[in-house]
Parts: sequence; C-alpha cells; structure tokens
Amino acid sequence: MTVVHKFTRTVPEWRPRVRPVALDEATEAQKDALKITPSNTKVSDYVLVLAHDVESLKVRSPLFNAIMYDKGGLGRAEREIGALAASMVNRCIYCAAVHAARHAELDRSTALTDALFQKGADADLVPRERAIFDYAAKLSETPPAATEADVAALRDAGLDDADILDLTLSTALFGWANRLMHVLGDPVRKGMAA
Amino acid sequence: MSAPLTTSTLTLGGAADGDAVTGRANIFEMTAAAEEAVLAPADVGAFPHDMRAALAARMARLNGDEAAAAHYEARMEGPAHAALADPSHPGEGPLLAFVDKTAAAPKDIVAADIKTLQAAGVSDADIVRLCELIAFMAYQLRVIAGLRLMGQTA
Repeated sequence: MTVVHKFTRTVPEWRPRVRPVALDEATEAQKDALKITPSNTKVSDYVLVLAHDVESLKVRSPLFNAIMYDKGGLGRAEREIGALAASMVNRCIYCAAVHAARHAELDRSTALTDALFQKGADADLVPRERAIFDYAAKLSETPPAATEADVAALRDAGLDDADILDLTLSTALFGWANRLMHVLGDPVRKGMAA
Repeated sequence: MSAPLTTSTLTLGGAADGDAVTGRANIFEMTAAAEEAVLAPADVGAFPHDMRAALAARMARLNGDEAAAAHYEARMEGPAHAALADPSHPGEGPLLAFVDKTAAAPKDIVAADIKTLQAAGVSDADIVRLCELIAFMAYQLRVIAGLRLMGQTA
C-alpha cells in the first residue's frame, strides 16, 4: 500500500493511524451508534475509529446529511465546491477525492475538478464558481481571511442569503471532516508507484 | 409558532431570525447538540469539561475570534485549566502543539504527529476525542464568521 499525495477523483482506501474499535469489544452504546444488527456488521474503519467518541459520532451523521443533502437553498453540486475547497486547503486527499467525484457526477462534467486539480486556486473558473471557490477557500484557511468583499462577490454572482448560508455550512462542515479524515488516517492505494 | 431558536452559533454570529437561518433551524439545533457532545460529554476520557472549554477558547483565539473565546472561557468552572486558553502558553508534552497544528494548519499534520501523541501516552480513544473537539471548533468558528459576514453585507 502506498500513501496517495496527489489530488485525484479516484477515491483511495483509508488506513487508520489509530486502532479502530473492534466490533467484538464494542460497548452497547457503540453498537447502537454504529447501528450494528445481526444482519449489518459491515462498518468502515473510519466509522470504527470515530466510535471511540460515540457521543460525537451519533450527532455527526444526521448533521452531515442535512448540510449536504437537505432540499432548498444552494444546489448540491455547489455545496460540493465548498466541501472540495476546504479539502484542498486542508490537503485532505481522501475527502477531496470523494467530493470531487460527487461534484463531477452531479454537474455531469469533470471540467471544474480537472481545472482545480491541475492548476489549484489559479484555475480558470467561470465567475460564479470563482466566487464560490474563493470564499470557501479563504474561510477554510482561517475565518478572518474571508471578508465582506468575498461575500459581496457571492451576492454579485447571484447567491442569496440562503445560498450563502448553505455554502458557509458545507465549507465549515469540511473544516470538521478534514480534521478527522486527514488527521486520523492515510489515503492509500494498492500497488501504486509513489 | 415555536420560540425563536437560540444557540451559541447564532448568538456569536449575530444572526437575526431571518428566512435563511429559520430555513435551516434543524441544522442549528444539531450543531448545538454536537457542541455539547464535544464540550460536555458524559464520557470525557482524559479531557474534563473545564479543560475542553479552555481548549475551545484557545482555538477561538488562534482564529482571531475574541468574542467566541470569551464565550467558551465563561464555560470554565475554575482556574485549573485557564492557562490553556492562551495560545502563547505551550503547555507540557506534545498535546497543545497538536491542538494548535490541527486547528490552524491541518494540512501539515503527518502520521508522525499521531505517533508522538501515542508515545506520550495519549490513548487512541483520547486522540479521537481530542480531534472531535478540534474539528467541531473549526466548523463552529467558520459558521459564526460566515453569519457575521452575511449580516455585514445584507
């Protein structure tokens, strides 16, 4: 297994840096949070790692789903740009792969993610995507880096309050997710040259 | 009609009850639940509530948010961990260096950072607990900042 260092849409495997909770040693609270039933015993290493903190794990999944998938507001593909910008700033190769792939699927185009992975923040983007990416990248870097001018650019690009809130939420959510996925494990692939 | 929603995120973000926030009330309610899960969990591991509040204040300061820092300091129950709320305080062992790096420069985290914590006797479960606290605060401080910017440009 080789650690993946370059951004890609091909989702790697994830190798934990800490020991995942072993299912046969899991407490009742952990099994409940993991939704372990006799017919469902397949849980990813990532979720088994997070099961060390079962109280956070339980609240995290419904919050994640609401921010990325609830109806109304900003479209799903553009929420993915927030997730992707955060993951690029934080160099979370795994999260970036998952959410670049999802963006390409929702957008039925790989143009945006190709451009971002080839040229990074200097990529040639259409104005609306440029405004979305820049705000999300700055907010991800450190909150004070995002300014009124960045939000004004979002408004100029046609985003209303509900859209800006959704973009803020998806970007911030990946400030959270990246600090688990990128910190607690490595993105790896079998038989790949380094 | 339900009562207007009040959470630390909305208060610190200065968000007025408006269509955008009201439309995502479920998200702010779940955010408040996630905050309690990292600041006041039943199973604290190596990090008592008091210490978690101090670390939350430290991370707010690292991101230049003095209002949020004061909010989390107000959750501290005594002076035992108060020094941790000051980002210039390096602490003992590798713990605070890990908190600061994960909070402010997660891109620079490498496998050796986790090995350093393990070598210092931090259990794997405590490493996950600590990361959840840091990760939630990263989210919280960004949502607050975004709400403020929305208000300033309305």
